Amino acid sequence: MLDSETIQDEYVLEMRHIRKEFPGVLALKDVDFTLKKGEVHALLGENGAGKSTLIKIITGAYKSDGGEVKLYGESLKIDDPITAQNYGISAVYQEFNLIPYLDAAQNIYLRKQPLVGKKLKFIDKKTMYENSERMLKELGININVKIPVRNLSVAYQQMVEIAKALVWNSKIIIFDEPTAVITEEESEKLFKVIRTLKEKGVAIIYISHRLEELNLIGDRATILRDGEHIDTFDIEKDNVDIDAIIRKMVGRDLVEKFPKVKVPVGEEILSVEHLTGDRFKDISFQLHRGEILGITGLVGAGRTEIVKAIFGDGRIISGDIFFNGKKVKIKDPTDAIKLGISLVPEDRKNEGLVQILSIENNIILANQRRFLKGALFSNSKIKKACNDMVGKMRIVTSGLDKQVKFLSGGNQQKVVLAKWLTAYSQVVIFDEPTRGIDVGAKVEVYNLMNQLVENGVGIIMISSELPEVLGMSDRIIVLYEGKMTAELMTNEADQDRILKFATGGGIVK
Amino acid sequence: MKNISLRERYKNSKLLTKYGAQFSSFVALVILCIILAFMTSRFLRGENIMTVLLQSSINSILALGMTFIILTGNIDLSIGSIVALAAAVPGYLMVNNGLSPVLAILMALVLGTVCGLINGLIITKLNISAFIVTLGAMNVWRGLALQLTNGSTSYEFPNLIKVLGQGYIGPVPVPLVITIIVYVLASILLSKTPFGLSTYAIGGNESASKLSGIKVNRIKIELFCINGFLCGLAGLVLAGRLNSTMGVMATGYELDAIAAVAIGGTSMLGGEGNAWGSLIGALLMGIIRNGLNLMSVTPYMQTVAVGVIIIFAVAIDAIRSKRR
Repeated sequence: MLDSETIQDEYVLEMRHIRKEFPGVLALKDVDFTLKKGEVHALLGENGAGKSTLIKIITGAYKSDGGEVKLYGESLKIDDPITAQNYGISAVYQEFNLIPYLDAAQNIYLRKQPLVGKKLKFIDKKTMYENSERMLKELGININVKIPVRNLSVAYQQMVEIAKALVWNSKIIIFDEPTAVITEEESEKLFKVIRTLKEKGVAIIYISHRLEELNLIGDRATILRDGEHIDTFDIEKDNVDIDAIIRKMVGRDLVEKFPKVKVPVGEEILSVEHLTGDRFKDISFQLHRGEILGITGLVGAGRTEIVKAIFGDGRIISGDIFFNGKKVKIKDPTDAIKLGISLVPEDRKNEGLVQILSIENNIILANQRRFLKGALFSNSKIKKACNDMVGKMRIVTSGLDKQVKFLSGGNQQKVVLAKWLTAYSQVVIFDEPTRGIDVGAKVEVYNLMNQLVENGVGIIMISSELPEVLGMSDRIIVLYEGKMTAELMTNEADQDRILKFATGGGIVK
Repeated sequence: MKNISLRERYKNSKLLTKYGAQFSSFVALVILCIILAFMTSRFLRGENIMTVLLQSSINSILALGMTFIILTGNIDLSIGSIVALAAAVPGYLMVNNGLSPVLAILMALVLGTVCGLINGLIITKLNISAFIVTLGAMNVWRGLALQLTNGSTSYEFPNLIKVLGQGYIGPVPVPLVITIIVYVLASILLSKTPFGLSTYAIGGNESASKLSGIKVNRIKIELFCINGFLCGLAGLVLAGRLNSTMGVMATGYELDAIAAVAIGGTSMLGGEGNAWGSLIGALLMGIIRNGLNLMSVTPYMQTVAVGVIIIFAVAIDAIRSKRR
């Protein structure tokens, strides 16, 4: 081609025929990915599609087993993350790489402190703090750069990460699910910052499971599936609708996003009266067999605290809990599990799973006695139950003895669910059950909820995703600053009403 | 081509992924034995092998207790002092007050267990790091051992005590029999019971374990009790072997035990490892000392050698897991 030179020049990053192998798995095969100056390029795909692997190759954490990488038009080798940083590639991960006890400025200038002095060099604190403050101001953020970052909100910590990338003059910034950890309002602020970066010519790789964000922020998108490149398209020009994207990501038609099954509501199973605890006050509600009770509200409204207190992992100051009509005292999770209550926690990595244990050990963890024969574990009982679970939940793995840390996010969540199914619970509490998992796995989680309610289980589902709350719940409780502001039947609720109550607007004084 | 397939097979072998860390130390053990067999003719003689096993038995028992603690991501620096307290006090009472040997054995085991219980209670109830608590306890137990025995040495014990350290069952020395029994029991406990799985789970992720209904604190306390019990047992064997006890006995034994656990491939962060690895670790240390003795290397250089082995063993493991 005649103009191949010029076309290549406009790419800041050009990856061709990338291949990456892990023992027993081909994580990427023949993947092409290009990035233009000043664009936001969304990287889409289910968990395990190869997004993270691709990102890790770009940032030098992994070495590719084949293919070609061109950076700024040159064949450069990215051997490790430090080289990548020196070449102007930065990443803002879901879990930040900040040092919690250092302040914002010290974090921003980590490994690149301005120095003064001739022979003996000291850190130029004045410049460091002034520059940090100015940089954050340019991003529209006004914070005290002298307090430890652990005292900042998650959204502000994210901004510190971005400023850190700017110190390195980054030409490429990777955002890995940046909106999964912050509120909607904060997301809008983040989008503004991303647009500012774009104007400066920074190229951005954007990973998110929230497809509706594509139209707000994306220029182009690339879809990966099972380690293969499926499609790259221009979001505005090609005008691809979300359903078509989902189809390409999943590789099949998803019949329904929220496959809610209506089950006749049975007798009351759990009742909470005037419960007051560390971050919530005077909470009362009932849960019935066969019912999904949605609890929603802004982050920090006390949702997680309430269910953790019910589960015995939080302080209850006053109030009563009734289980099957009987007043109960739950002083730790062991008590709750014995009664038949389980909690699928929000923080899968730190609370849901023991990452270094095998799949089967994680599955049997909450109900170990069931697998005993005499005083010892029966291997055949464990194998049978776990194989059943792996099949039923469609957990993709090479074996039951594989450590959970090697599974993708969606598969990990399925292992957590398998653990609680194995515990035979009558009440299952889901805290953000589909956060950070892909559309296909989401539907599988919903179907599992359906199965549970069909078997007479009562479900409490905490979620920030209003479509999910409206799509799956029978009844919805809205919280605002630790208090209940509304209890609605789903058919009388809509997004606007819920939002009004969730922001305290609906309180009748 | 063949090379690649071999490597693949090595990577994918289930036994190796599960026991990889123990495998490296086992290979090291075998290689060391072969080298020593070539370098000194005395090494492979039956009596010498028995001596090595006998000399390693006390460290083996202590390393087993330490394995339980380290598997949960904790540490116990006080075990040398517990051994001294649990052995020296009944030893003193036997010689000076005519305490019966049966009661002395019972007392040693109870004393050890109680020390462990107190360690565990302070660590869990006050939520202080095990490193600090047992560092303090190391001094407390040692001081008590010296005070209660008036700093004196007690010797010439009844036969029952001597049998524990010097006796034979058939051709096998009693300390070896004790070691094998506790290792078999511990290995079953760790791999086949809810208690064992809970131990690994706590070491891997404490909050996930708690939210799965595991009584984290109770299991930790029980583990410290087991560790204390094994200290009492090791103290009895030591008393029998030396036919004497004193308040300063078993000084520094905690470091040997930690070293054996580390050489045996148990992760210092908890959650990964097993009992047999620690046995291999303890044997490896015993064999090195023995071999260097036979080659007339000074005790000073022996200490250097042991230090090098500790770092070397853990380094091999680090390199191995990095490759993966």
